[in-house]
Amino acid sequence: MSAINESVTNMIEPKSTDERVRKLSPWRILLDRPELGSIAGTVLVFAFFGVFAGGSGMFALDGIINWAQVAGYLGIIAVGACLLMIAGEFDLSMGSMIGFAGVMVAIPPMYLGWPLWAAVIFAFVGSMALGALNGYLVVRTKLPSFIVTLAFMFILRGLTLVLSTSFANSTIVSGIGDKFTDDPVISALFQGTTFHWLFNGLASMNLITKLPSGDPVVGGLPKVLVWWIVMALAAGFVLARTRFGNWIYTVGGDSNAAKNVGVPVRRVKISLFVLTAFCACLFGVLQVADVGSAAADRGLQKEFEAIIAVVIGGTLLTGGFGSVIGACFGALIFGVVQIGISYTNIDSDWYRVFLGGMLLLAVLFNHYIRSRAAATK
Amino acid sequence: MADDYILELDDVSKFFGTVIALQGVTLRLKRGEVHCLLGDNGAGKSTLIKTLAGVHQPSSGSYRVDGEEVRFNSPREALDRGIATVYQDLALVPLMSVARNFFAGREPRKKLFGVIPVIDMNYANETARDKLAEMGIRVRDASQPVGTMSGGERQCLAIARAIHFGAKVLILDEPTAALGVKQSCNVLKLIHQARARGISVIFITHNVHHAYPIADSFTLLNRGQSMGTFAKKDITKEAVLDMMAGGTEIQSLVDELEGRAA
Repeated sequence: MSAINESVTNMIEPKSTDERVRKLSPWRILLDRPELGSIAGTVLVFAFFGVFAGGSGMFALDGIINWAQVAGYLGIIAVGACLLMIAGEFDLSMGSMIGFAGVMVAIPPMYLGWPLWAAVIFAFVGSMALGALNGYLVVRTKLPSFIVTLAFMFILRGLTLVLSTSFANSTIVSGIGDKFTDDPVISALFQGTTFHWLFNGLASMNLITKLPSGDPVVGGLPKVLVWWIVMALAAGFVLARTRFGNWIYTVGGDSNAAKNVGVPVRRVKISLFVLTAFCACLFGVLQVADVGSAAADRGLQKEFEAIIAVVIGGTLLTGGFGSVIGACFGALIFGVVQIGISYTNIDSDWYRVFLGGMLLLAVLFNHYIRSRAAATK
Repeated sequence: MADDYILELDDVSKFFGTVIALQGVTLRLKRGEVHCLLGDNGAGKSTLIKTLAGVHQPSSGSYRVDGEEVRFNSPREALDRGIATVYQDLALVPLMSVARNFFAGREPRKKLFGVIPVIDMNYANETARDKLAEMGIRVRDASQPVGTMSGGERQCLAIARAIHFGAKVLILDEPTAALGVKQSCNVLKLIHQARARGISVIFITHNVHHAYPIADSFTLLNRGQSMGTFAKKDITKEAVLDMMAGGTEIQSLVDELEGRAA
């Protein structure tokens, strides 16, 4: 017996320990990280606007808040889309869910006499239930999530329009802003800015620009940015450190393998569809609180922007590989480009051309990285 | 007598709509034996092992583990009873690290700050490395992706994983099918190692040359039916080959060609 064991060892591993293991340079190790492309892209984009819009106020505090807010909104849904895409599925209904969540928040208090807090809870529960339905249909029918959520993209967009026109006689449900201001808890969670003490303090120390009145030019950190950071940290942590995170990778890498090793594939996928719906609803509620109204066209095409941010962030369309940090950088690139272009002399019509180009570059780059990461000897 | 057998399928049939995938198959696996399941394509091997692994439930007949009647609703339940299946695709995700693959679905956990349950990656890395070393595969860095390993190494990883998680019965689905001569030989030795540890093995193959040296007994499947179980001492390699190749069909073909149609 021991002789055979010995010979197994010898046959498989004839030489000393490490002769088949190459040491990789730090550069190569970096190249294997999914977020590399998006970080490089971010540096490029910042360099570009540094040159073309450096003196325009884009990188002054109010300018920064401007594009960071755009990035923050997109970042929130990109975080959800990222985890779902790593698990190998898409949610094309996210953009429509943003609009639908908006009317779920706005209509009950304005037309049905609900308190705002009840409507906000209703919107979150309703969205997450719809997300669960999306997920259930996908795992039950084994149809591509692309087609199932495409159906919901239209259903929800249509419902949003129907509801807003039938209640408000308009595609916009307005007047909800005051209700937010009147509810201290909901307002504290979703409306306006925070960390005022920090900004006031920095202003009194002359570290940030002051208005003639002596108040800082930016009163505080928009809550959307706080939510983005919280969501990104939580999702990044779950993905990298927890059991559920490992399940997400396994399900996306090979759902059959995942099933065979005992990972509850359906549960993982459904919970991630619930997560994307939650993120879309969060986006919707923050936007309604910010703008003071809900509208039927809110969140239009946001599902694609989220997917683009995620792909720029290095997540594979086929699943199994990706990074939340990358998706956040992808969202950041979006915000910088979308807002930054108006600070330059470049016609803002070029915005989409630029984004499409970024997407194509990112996909090509990811394809290259993936073929290397999975390369056999 | 039940004590002699760790797994028993008794008169098991499995139907998919109008298709009869298995018809009255009886298979008994003795403790600590290597039992070879032979059959040509479409013989029902896959259905049979998926039934054993808890993927399918038998349409009729009984399935006993340790003499106790069971009905598994998922592979997880079979795993919990110590029945581990290593499929041809090995259930490995190439883009994930060796350690993450090793523990996929059964991640070791610790409490971060005493409250948040996280994967104990140090333990996972060390254990994966040690268990592979026992199989003769030296992995210096268990955080490298499985995609960088060779086919034989992946096979070892899948088997090492099954054994680590307390497999009492190891079901290997054509483990040598995609391997070269030398690597096939290694896998046969791994099966031998597993048997030496007291693990019962069901080894599925259609390659008699791989099956005969290592197996203690053989069950032959043909078109969804069992052609019987034979102990190694009762049957020669040639006889197994003959049954595998559908000896009677060949004979009638020969008869027909020679103008002696029945």
